[in-house]
Amino acid sequence: MEGHLNLTLKIWRQKNASVAGKFETYQVSGISTDMSFLEMIDVLNNRLIEEGDDPVAFDHDCREGICGMCSMYINGRPHGPNRGVTTCQLHMRSFQDGETITVEPWRASAFPVIKDLVVNRSAFDRIIAAGGFVSVNTGNAQDANNLPIPKEDADDAFAAAACIGCGACVAACKNASAMLFTSAKISQLALLPQGKVEAAKRAEAMVAQMDEEGFGACSNTGACEAECPKGISLENIARMNREYFSATFSSK
Amino acid sequence: MAWLAKSFNSSLGKKLLMAITGLFLISFLIVHCGLNATIFLNDGGVAFNEGAEFMAHNPIIRTMEIVLFGGLLLHIFDGLRLWLDNKKKRPVAYAVIDGAANSKWYSRSMGLLGTLLLLFLIMHLKHFWYFSRLTNDLTESHTLYNEMQVVFQSPIVVIVYVLGCISLGYHLLHGFQSAFQTLGWNHPKYTPTIKAIGAIYSIVIAALFAAMPVAFYFNLIQ
Repeated sequence: MEGHLNLTLKIWRQKNASVAGKFETYQVSGISTDMSFLEMIDVLNNRLIEEGDDPVAFDHDCREGICGMCSMYINGRPHGPNRGVTTCQLHMRSFQDGETITVEPWRASAFPVIKDLVVNRSAFDRIIAAGGFVSVNTGNAQDANNLPIPKEDADDAFAAAACIGCGACVAACKNASAMLFTSAKISQLALLPQGKVEAAKRAEAMVAQMDEEGFGACSNTGACEAECPKGISLENIARMNREYFSATFSSK
Repeated sequence: MAWLAKSFNSSLGKKLLMAITGLFLISFLIVHCGLNATIFLNDGGVAFNEGAEFMAHNPIIRTMEIVLFGGLLLHIFDGLRLWLDNKKKRPVAYAVIDGAANSKWYSRSMGLLGTLLLLFLIMHLKHFWYFSRLTNDLTESHTLYNEMQVVFQSPIVVIVYVLGCISLGYHLLHGFQSAFQTLGWNHPKYTPTIKAIGAIYSIVIAALFAAMPVAFYFNLIQ
């Protein structure tokens, strides 16, 4: 059939965090090349449900590349073979007919498996929460141009804020390090005057939380940056290092 | 000073220690390689022996030798500590990893390259440091240069040295620019220059060191 694929899927199945998982092999046929990867799993799941089997559990929400939920490690790469996309933006035209595709969950001790391909990423929420508050003026809204912000700084802050917290950086890193994520969250505030007031405390608290959650250290391989669907730059990790060590010597 | 210990025991702090000690060892390699490269003057080792004699007796150099061993041990132990920490972070390994798609193999193999370098270094220290500092075999008639001539007659030793230099080259190729990134030096103005200098440094150092045993073995220098 033109434009349709027959595929072998090796999918990680795991009941919950406390039991060991294993790969199950499934055959799917007549997959349209226009389907997204998630739609292909939907097709498989429909069949599994009809056959009375347990469908494959996977995270998904917006299906337009902005929520960061779809966490699949496909053929040895987070979000599959294409750069700058999430799994929902990965289409079956990126695969060959007859191909075997291996699908695994994000693997990190800080991201325990909930079921099959679903992992618990609340460690990221706790890192953000550790950052604490940002001081703002109360009273009347001030004049819009009262806080001059250089264009370059605004651009860098916005680029860092594009992080959707999907965890591909952790999944790609050989040390399961969350430095790209944490550094993006530190940078988006550290670059702006509103974030300067608590910058030192924020850097210390977020790095401490990151370590406590059990993420690894950075080997500067750059795998995180290459696999990030939002193109978060390694410059953020360098900035986090500067923020953290200047905080070491200046915070009270 | 608990605050400083806390900072250096964090994941960022361990990396900072790797970067600082790594850059220190990088600066040492320039001196070591520069001095040894005088053998290529082909003057029968006169300049080299003069240099070695100076290094052996200058009190500042001898003090720095202790600092050097300290820096090396810190680099090794911190590297081991990071390796042990990091491997706990992914208890279930991936079945398929396409590492080449997102990073260089040598950037993912710093621990392995470092271990090979350590094994090489133990042999290298036995060959020359032990000989010149801890035995009485170093004399006017049997200089460090003569000892190099003797050691590098063995083809196996020459091959191991060349392999050691290749490991060193790749270790430096990642380590040089990685150290600056860890120190927070990532900027559009400096980073391309740092990466270029790092690549040139790594290749020149590794090639010069590798050329030394090869040159002796093939009698290219007398």
